[in-house]
Amino acid sequence: MLEIIDVSRRFGDFVALDKVSLNIQAGEFFTLLGPSGCGKTTLLRLIAGFDQVDEGEILLDGKPLTALNPEQRPIHTVFQSYALFPHMTVAENIAFPLRMTKIAKPVIDLMVREILEDVRLPDKAKHYPDELSGGQKQRIAIARALVNRPRLLLLDEPLSALDAKLREQMQIELINLQKEIGITFVYVTHDQGEALALSHRIAVMNKGEISQIDEPSVLYSCPDNRFVADFIGQCNLLDATVVSVAEKQLRISIAGLGELDVCANPEIDFAVGDTCALTLRPEKIRLAAQLDITDDEVLFSGKVHDMLYLGDVTVYIIELANGVLIEAMLANDAPGRTRLFDTGDAVQIAWHTDAGHLVA
Amino acid sequence: MAKNNANPSKLLIAAGGVVYMFLYIPLAVVVLFSFNDSKLNAEWVGFTWKWYDKLFQNGDILHAAANSLIIALISALLATILGTLAGLAIYRFRQKWLSALVLGPIAMPDILIGVSLLLMFILFNVTLGMTSIILAHVSFCIGFVALAVQSRLSGMDQSLVEAARDLGATPFQAFRLVTLPLLKPGIIAGGMMAFTLSIDDFVITFFTAGVGSSTLPLEIYSMVKIAVTPEVNAVSTLLMLVTLVLITALSRISPTVLRN
Repeated sequence: MLEIIDVSRRFGDFVALDKVSLNIQAGEFFTLLGPSGCGKTTLLRLIAGFDQVDEGEILLDGKPLTALNPEQRPIHTVFQSYALFPHMTVAENIAFPLRMTKIAKPVIDLMVREILEDVRLPDKAKHYPDELSGGQKQRIAIARALVNRPRLLLLDEPLSALDAKLREQMQIELINLQKEIGITFVYVTHDQGEALALSHRIAVMNKGEISQIDEPSVLYSCPDNRFVADFIGQCNLLDATVVSVAEKQLRISIAGLGELDVCANPEIDFAVGDTCALTLRPEKIRLAAQLDITDDEVLFSGKVHDMLYLGDVTVYIIELANGVLIEAMLANDAPGRTRLFDTGDAVQIAWHTDAGHLVA
Repeated sequence: MAKNNANPSKLLIAAGGVVYMFLYIPLAVVVLFSFNDSKLNAEWVGFTWKWYDKLFQNGDILHAAANSLIIALISALLATILGTLAGLAIYRFRQKWLSALVLGPIAMPDILIGVSLLLMFILFNVTLGMTSIILAHVSFCIGFVALAVQSRLSGMDQSLVEAARDLGATPFQAFRLVTLPLLKPGIIAGGMMAFTLSIDDFVITFFTAGVGSSTLPLEIYSMVKIAVTPEVNAVSTLLMLVTLVLITALSRISPTVLRN
């Protein structure tokens, strides 16, 4: 539905977007994810029409958008600051886009009342924005952007100003809202957890380019490259060299750890001698004082170097024989007070040959 | 520390008292003696309204007051319009030289502005009178209005205008429905500031006034040349009252503007 074709945008010498292309399907919850300065907000502003592309084309339903002003695009934005008009009541704020379209006053009133019901704030119509809580402002901003049914809703880090509890609640509301109304959402965030939780598909961006576009579970378990592996979730990145290549398995050599077997990445053809990196999620590593392993596991001994108690889980940083540090994670799911290891304890770690994912 | 802040020492209170006395005793004296039933500003004789009575029968003073009011109203109006536009331009184009040009006259000594305006009026053959005074007042008030508007603008969330455009407003609609209402306190404050600056300006008016266009401050000055009569006290008290009312209104509308 929304096609972005080879779009570039430069600010002086700084390349904010470098030939970015992507396709967003109708009804999709699509997220642009990346660190600050990766170009995600620039791309959002180009779609909204606040900024002009230097090169490339943006098509909505096959029609070019680039020549249209923001007010001519059937696209609305939910701003990070909410951007509610402080001199207008909630009802006037929501009525704003309707007034711009010359809809009759009684119809406007009806639509405003309906959408206020939808966001469960029917009694706030006459309040001013500064009388609302953060979560309420958020809902009003979304209501205002959705009231005249745009083709596309852009959301620019809309939950970043809310505290953790409220954010989770709003995430669930957003998912349900999007499902109900079926409008395509393009969501911008730097919070990978939020992106994984909300999206149908995520485009991970880095330095003005797209690193990978995939469903959340694919991004997490099969990152295309080191950047994605590192940016999404916690990840051990081990530099390695390919020693031998079989059909489904490779043998790699990691400095300090020696040679070990890993499952091949079907996307990349490695040759003997290639450098690569093994990406290994902390929760896929087994950790115990003494481990029995199966044939397709690899085992290393080390000691606890550091630990981070996070409540539900504890992250252990294990120092292996040659100073290599590996993060492993254990759930604190045993009954009673759990304290499994202490700093300095000797431990063993093991992982399955297909636990890791090889990237170039 | 917090206790110290809440209960300042007696010395500090005394020092503050002295400064405030220094500031306000002269004003209090003027007000007091405007009600004094004596021609001399020497000792208190008794309460009277007669100086105010005399004041309202003095054609010259009434004429000057009318002039002052007309000049202040027109030049405040013009300065508000031009200053608002200037403030918008400074904010929008973000050029240092632009704001320096607009705000420069604020820092300029009045005597310099007065002399240079006089030279310019002579150069361009402008007859000195109400028009020349109004032009002069507009020129030094624009900067104050621009400052008030611009400080209001820079405190405004830029995404508000973008939100308006995003929701279907043309650039003009966005300005009329969002920018302008949000600027209103700044514009009103700037306008009132222009009014008070204009109504009690002496130096610049002195250089740009002509025959028959004497304003209240000029008139008071010419009366004082002979002696500080109780009539002068009375007119000063009234002028003080008008300014006070305006300043109070101004601070209600936009405390930040005054603080800046």
